Amino acid sequence: MKPMTRRPVALFLAVAFAAALTLNALPAAAETPEEKGLRIALEAEARDKGYGNYTADQTMILRNKRGQESERNLRISVLENEADGDKSLIVFNRPRDVKGTAMLTHSHKVEDDDQWLFLPALKRVKRISSSNKAGSFMGSEFAYEDMTSQEIEKYTYRWLRDEPCGEMTCWVSERAPIDKDSGYTRQVSWVDQDEYRVWKVEYYDRKKLHLKTLTVPSHQQYLDKHWRADEMQMVNHLTGKSTRLIWQNYSFGTDLDENDFSKVSLKRAR
Amino acid sequence: MSPGRALLLGGLFLLLAAPAGAETIVQEVTGRFTVEGRYFPQSSIQSGQREQSLSVVAEPEAYLENEAGEGLVLKPFFRYDSADARRTHWDIREAYGLFFGEFEDSEWELRAGIDKVFWGVAESRHLVDVINQTDLVESPDQEEKLGQPMVHLTWLNDYGTFEAFALPYFRKRTFQGRAGRLRPALHVDGDQTAYESAAKQHHLDVAARYGKNIGALDFGLAWFEGTNRNPAFSLGFDDQGSPVLVPFYEQMRQVSLDAQVTTGAWLLKFESFWRDGERDAAQLETDYLSLVGGFEYTLYGVFGGDADLGMLMEFLYDGRDERATVVTEEDVFAALRLAFNDEASTDILFGVIQDLDKPTRTFFLEANRRLSDNITLGIEGTGFVNVDQQDGQFSLRKDSFVQLDLTYHY
Repeated sequence: MKPMTRRPVALFLAVAFAAALTLNALPAAAETPEEKGLRIALEAEARDKGYGNYTADQTMILRNKRGQESERNLRISVLENEADGDKSLIVFNRPRDVKGTAMLTHSHKVEDDDQWLFLPALKRVKRISSSNKAGSFMGSEFAYEDMTSQEIEKYTYRWLRDEPCGEMTCWVSERAPIDKDSGYTRQVSWVDQDEYRVWKVEYYDRKKLHLKTLTVPSHQQYLDKHWRADEMQMVNHLTGKSTRLIWQNYSFGTDLDENDFSKVSLKRAR
Repeated sequence: MSPGRALLLGGLFLLLAAPAGAETIVQEVTGRFTVEGRYFPQSSIQSGQREQSLSVVAEPEAYLENEAGEGLVLKPFFRYDSADARRTHWDIREAYGLFFGEFEDSEWELRAGIDKVFWGVAESRHLVDVINQTDLVESPDQEEKLGQPMVHLTWLNDYGTFEAFALPYFRKRTFQGRAGRLRPALHVDGDQTAYESAAKQHHLDVAARYGKNIGALDFGLAWFEGTNRNPAFSLGFDDQGSPVLVPFYEQMRQVSLDAQVTTGAWLLKFESFWRDGERDAAQLETDYLSLVGGFEYTLYGVFGGDADLGMLMEFLYDGRDERATVVTEEDVFAALRLAFNDEASTDILFGVIQDLDKPTRTFFLEANRRLSDNITLGIEGTGFVNVDQQDGQFSLRKDSFVQLDLTYHY
């Protein structure tokens, strides 16, 4: 009798906005801020299409108000699925008590994702609820909804302004989650006009307070096409806690296919 | 260990060694050490039983994987218990070779060796879970299992998951020693164990399962034919002429269904089997239906923070009613689970199982907290309250206990 509630999910923030469109292809005026916001998101998504699959290692460094740190370590595999939503598999390595615990997610464009957890001690595969979007992922400052595949259809968009960010110019847009289970009323993001990379996101909670800020110090391009963050820093302004998420060992174009994202393969995930 | 078992294990290791010829790319040794203390606040019924016990557990796991992803697993288990000589025991939890591949659009997987298989969805009782024998001395909740020798073939295609099991060797349930708590009034004498099949432990048990996920629904249909994991008991005498219980393992057949619907914050759960070939409490062989069904509902972000509060309720039923050989013949299970979602992954599960036509009530508590990257602390407690004289767990009426365990994971 040990129902388990930890429900880690795939993390690929970058996917949501990373995409492409040349500036001179932008339609002129007569476009509402909502249309422009959506267009930026759609074009960002289009640019990242065709990655197929990838695997990567994630290290999370959780830091509390007193500066004490603890570490999470996991491996993620993602399979692109344009027809519905992406599929992902996360296998935990640290902390040691959850080593071997694995989570399979079949995300969907509109309805709730399907999620299964493998508990190695009991060798049990448990279908879990994916409606806990606002909850903390592994005690970190990232919420489950920050980590799942962020399908375009799950938000409404609005472009706010253009603003310099470093040597580039960023579109500053906001998006509001359609799902009432979301912990946010809106997210304001800074996306550069050169490569559609996300550099910063401000999260506003249900009380419309500025809850968290995500900053991305650097990105790397893979296969001459797909931009991925090297590191993400999430600061919670209400609690003073923060989480650093470091991505390493990205590998694109592996031989993963549908069969590696089934309930059967979940049981042999390591 | 019997010679038969030794031979079987030897054979398994030969089998396991075969694919090791391919180049190994992952070699890993992980595992845990646990120190566990139990305290029974009430004095015992049986003489020789103690009020406290201290236990140490080691469960290492070695894993090898070749380039193709094929793996070898070896996971032994050892426990030393200060109070109960029978709880001091060892087992091979897992020792198998794992092979898999693709055939056109389908996927196959073969596991050969000693392994553990879990079926089911319920929390209060693992009703349809029938492949592995219960390691009863580990915990009264029957959640711990002994390793089962098997050949397990899985075939996954668009129609679902098809599994076939050949189980060539039967594992006897573990029972407490004379000095152990949480045991029947009479000592269970495993040395006199009897079987319905002339092949005894070597009867070839077989099972099959079909599983499928359709949107919110996950279900499994299964069939098992072979040695019943739950023993019947007959009265016997030991060498000194004292009365003892002698386990008797019958041949049985069961078909089962387990299903879960997952929608929003609700999990709706159902498990049921129909079983034939088992004697009831009146020693009559009857076929019967057993089921457990209920729900789990979770409130997220309670108390203005990150904590989740889960509410669980399940109904348990055994068609033999008064002649059931299980204590949960018509019971209701209710529990609350509070998960703090903090850095320490603190969680608390508290609940009760109430018999619906007797006053018997069982309380249980489980709490866990991570102390560091490698160390976790657990608290467990079980309280047996108002245990009815007619109830199967009457002998446990003074065996309420609390348990504290500290585990080092590596």
